[in-house]
Amino acid sequence: MIVLYIVTGILLVVSWKANATKTRKALKIAWKRFARILPAFGLMVMAVAIVLPLIPPEFIARSLGMNNRWLGMTVGSLLGSISMMPGFIAYPLSGILLSQGVPYMVISAFTTTLMMVGVLSFPLEKQYLGTRPALLRNLMSLLIALLVAVITGFAFGEIAL
Amino acid sequence: MKRNLVLFGLFVGFLGVSWRVQFQPGMAIFHSFVSFSWSLIKVVPCAFIIIGLFDVWIKRETVEKHLGEGSKMLGYFWVFALAATTVGGLFVALPVAAALARKGARTGMLFTYLAAATITRVPMTIFEATFVGIKFTIIRFVVSLPLLILASEAMAKLFPHFQMQEKE
Repeated sequence: MIVLYIVTGILLVVSWKANATKTRKALKIAWKRFARILPAFGLMVMAVAIVLPLIPPEFIARSLGMNNRWLGMTVGSLLGSISMMPGFIAYPLSGILLSQGVPYMVISAFTTTLMMVGVLSFPLEKQYLGTRPALLRNLMSLLIALLVAVITGFAFGEIAL
Repeated sequence: MKRNLVLFGLFVGFLGVSWRVQFQPGMAIFHSFVSFSWSLIKVVPCAFIIIGLFDVWIKRETVEKHLGEGSKMLGYFWVFALAATTVGGLFVALPVAAALARKGARTGMLFTYLAAATITRVPMTIFEATFVGIKFTIIRFVVSLPLLILASEAMAKLFPHFQMQEKE
């Protein structure tokens, strides 16, 4: 995170030294674009604020710990799709679940959809991509995530032909 | 726009009342609202400043040449390099993709970038390899990377007139 501020700062200073007018214009553009997309950001924040308390990490941990791995994979992909969690929470949680015997394929379904499929960020995505492309992108991502999960299951010997 | 404002007003009002009467579910929503907003505020302004600088400094021909219609395989390298170093998630990758689109990147590259930005970010991958295992990470990369390129090119075929909506 600090790196981001340092990089932004350096770029700004260099740009300012090179051409102050251009830099001012860049900041104006940045603000304009941000202001235009702000309502969609607002919708996303509201959606996240309302839905996340309904699916706390403890609930996710319990749901993924089911006995049936195919069911676990399905539930994992659904929870991953509707949830939103930074990597520094999701992966340590995954590590704990693995040590408790949750299969890799279930973890894979959960973490991959968590990253690729965004139900809660859909209002924002729709704004940029349009409804149909955004829908299709999420659908394809879900399929890819499931495929990754199944192949992970094979690779770790959790399922066999 | 107006509808969103009303919705947002109602939402904030609900949070305020919940706080006042100590309504537990409302307070849980308040907490997740504050923590998610904060995580956005930490990243999004920097992202938009960099996008603004990109807009004024980078020549359209440069992006067109590497990520445009005539781009070669090397284009994928650039797209993956950019994706791996993108911070945040979709909420940063989307405005970045819009900036690339304005400079003439083609649809397939845009979707490849978006997908790659969700699954190849460096800090996230390090967390994954540490806590879940390097084998897991390798399988995920080997399986998903070719698929996401295929899916992205399919998107470009399915939506031949695709344009990012964020217009001047």
